[in-house]
Amino acid sequence: MAVASSLALLATACGSGDDGSSSGGGSSAGALEGRGPITLASGKDTSGNLQNQLNAWNASHPNEKVELKELPDDADAQRQQMVQNAQNQSDAYSVLVMDVVWTSEFAANQWITQIPEDKVPDLGKLVPATVETAKYRDKLYGVPITSDGGLLYYRKDLLTAAGVTDAPKTWDELLADCQKVAATPGGKGMNCYAGQFEKYEGLTVNFSEAVNSAGGSIVDKDGKPDVDTPEALAGLQELQNGFKTGAIPKAAITYKEEESRRAFQDGKLLFLRNWPYVYSLANKTDGSSKIAGKFAVAPLPGKDGPGVSSLGGHDYAISSFAKNKATAVDFINFMASEAQQKDNLSKTSLAPTWASLYDDPTLIKQFPYLPQLKASIASAQPRPRVVKYGDVTAAIQQAAYDALSKGSDPKATLTALQTKLQSLITQ
Amino acid sequence: MTATAPVAERPAKEPKQPKRPQRFNEGTGRLAALLLSPTLLVLGLVVLFPIISALRESLFTSGTTLDSNGFIVKGSTFVGLDNYLDIFKGDTGRRFWNAFYNTTFFTVVCVVLETVLGVAMALIMHKAFKGRGIVRASILVPWAIPTVVSALLWKWIFQADGIANQLIGTQVLWSTEGWQSKMSVIIADTWKTAPFIGLLVLAGLQTIPAEVYEAAKVDGASVWKTFTRITLPLVKPALLVAVLFRILDTLRIFDLPFVLVGPHKDSVETLSMLAYDEAFNTRYGPAAAYATVLFVYVAVVAYAFVKILGADVIGEARAKKPGGGAGGKRWRKKNAAKGTSDAAVGAVTVGGGR
Repeated sequence: MAVASSLALLATACGSGDDGSSSGGGSSAGALEGRGPITLASGKDTSGNLQNQLNAWNASHPNEKVELKELPDDADAQRQQMVQNAQNQSDAYSVLVMDVVWTSEFAANQWITQIPEDKVPDLGKLVPATVETAKYRDKLYGVPITSDGGLLYYRKDLLTAAGVTDAPKTWDELLADCQKVAATPGGKGMNCYAGQFEKYEGLTVNFSEAVNSAGGSIVDKDGKPDVDTPEALAGLQELQNGFKTGAIPKAAITYKEEESRRAFQDGKLLFLRNWPYVYSLANKTDGSSKIAGKFAVAPLPGKDGPGVSSLGGHDYAISSFAKNKATAVDFINFMASEAQQKDNLSKTSLAPTWASLYDDPTLIKQFPYLPQLKASIASAQPRPRVVKYGDVTAAIQQAAYDALSKGSDPKATLTALQTKLQSLITQ
Repeated sequence: MTATAPVAERPAKEPKQPKRPQRFNEGTGRLAALLLSPTLLVLGLVVLFPIISALRESLFTSGTTLDSNGFIVKGSTFVGLDNYLDIFKGDTGRRFWNAFYNTTFFTVVCVVLETVLGVAMALIMHKAFKGRGIVRASILVPWAIPTVVSALLWKWIFQADGIANQLIGTQVLWSTEGWQSKMSVIIADTWKTAPFIGLLVLAGLQTIPAEVYEAAKVDGASVWKTFTRITLPLVKPALLVAVLFRILDTLRIFDLPFVLVGPHKDSVETLSMLAYDEAFNTRYGPAAAYATVLFVYVAVVAYAFVKILGADVIGEARAKKPGGGAGGKRWRKKNAAKGTSDAAVGAVTVGGGR
């Protein structure tokens, strides 16, 4: 790897000597030219529908075929391959399927090309929050194709038995519901709430949601760190108190998505924060889930009202070093079209970015959680959009993990996090 | 790399064979150089070039500043030893020394445990009893499993509702910060690599002639005396190679703590993980600096190990040769074993320099 990276460095060093000033021009609108075959670099297609979509495109565009380049399953490994590809300035990947948090880093490094907004006719019909994830400094660098938002899963049967009819909208309501259920026979041995608190990206998501749901933010509108606030403190304290009082089980500090899903499915949890993928798995009647048909979903609760979810999902971006960028733009528009997204949703249950699909009655019949998911995504906040995202998320995880696992003073933790973020973001 | 081993061995043997004519050296030397030149070329390409390239890389930095448009200023700048100095400064310094301590701690504890267990396993595998084949095979299974897979395996065992917690009857959160995560890494590493030491020691055991033990029995030596006076000294060359291999491996430990406990956990973060983390965030200069520091550390430990223990082996052998008290057969056996161990050590030090 040392060889590859040093060669890449040499290459970039030579390249910048020649056209140091014109490199900014490479991302201008004029660069989206050229037609012909392109490639799509995507993580492993677990749904099995991506190739069908590509076949549909290829059938109608015989001279501009798209070839799928499958990358590893793991998001970190995908990013690594894309970074390596960019540093070699290789044209092997034309369209990149990017996690929503990579945009700033890739755009700042000019690894992906700016896309003029008028080249994406349907942009206005996508959920606005998802479009924000594809922007860097107010310029569009990608088109959101799939989205994802957090949902509150809850045991409807137990809440009903305890006389609660509606899902909780605030944290206080949620805790009160837990106490009511604990008093009923069915609530014996139940833990109240869990999310994903292991020290990984999921903790950044859960911490951001807590902070945002209390009215705070990690990074303000101008991109400056803003985490040393009473609102952020309230969010962190809510999670910390959850662990202290036992409302959140101690084991939740080791939970990723799957561990928390299993705990919920085994009937150990009353409330669970997780992504939409859990819905169909927890509803399986093959014996893997003990709670099939006994739960429902709601938008996440907040401090004084509905909570704020973190946005997940994927954007399609164009590699700066790709050929046939005009074809790439057309292909991205094809994938972002309502017909393709509808088809993809019904076959894979991946959340779309096209707003109208969330109101489609036939789809709602198939996926009853769509209205809640729409509410979740519509009010969702992107995670910090910063160039050094890897370092920023590591710093957030460090702070949140210390506060939750060791019970470190939340105020001091946030002050230290603010200092750390300032050193990472101002550069 | 193994191709170089016989040549490295040859000069050491020469004084013991004075009858050989002088011509042997002249002609063979040139031929050997000619025959070896392709190997050396390949070695230079795959070993020397990456090392030099990494060293060069560690003196540069890139991609740290943004221009007014928010784009990263391209190209790398020469920063001299700054990347190295940064490692020891402030917050990164705290992180480095923590990782340094973890790496050393894992190496010492794991290697000691693995050596004791490995020797025990070898002794069991060496005994003649019914079903020995099955025992041998089952002891070797852990070593055959890739580290990442065994890390996942242990991750499931150690998770909150896993088997480990059900066995001990309380809920220990193994993957959180603290002594328990260190312990989980030590357990998993020992489980996986004690068989490796067992395998090499078993090979050493099988070169010990049965007569030596028979003689000891006739002399009425106790089991413990036989073990410490005969088995251990005779198996020492093989054991030293095994231990050296394990030390080098454990100093570079990465995948086990990374998968089993997770990245960014202070309790188990090692030097390799620091280098990975820097490279992952596309800071190749600092990453190369970390890797170089680790490389130097590994090289120093390997050199010290070979120098201290290896020199002792030769010194002991030379001192004993005139007296010849140990008996011819044992002496020859021992010397043969030493020859292979030296060659292997030579190969390891080259291999360890990655």
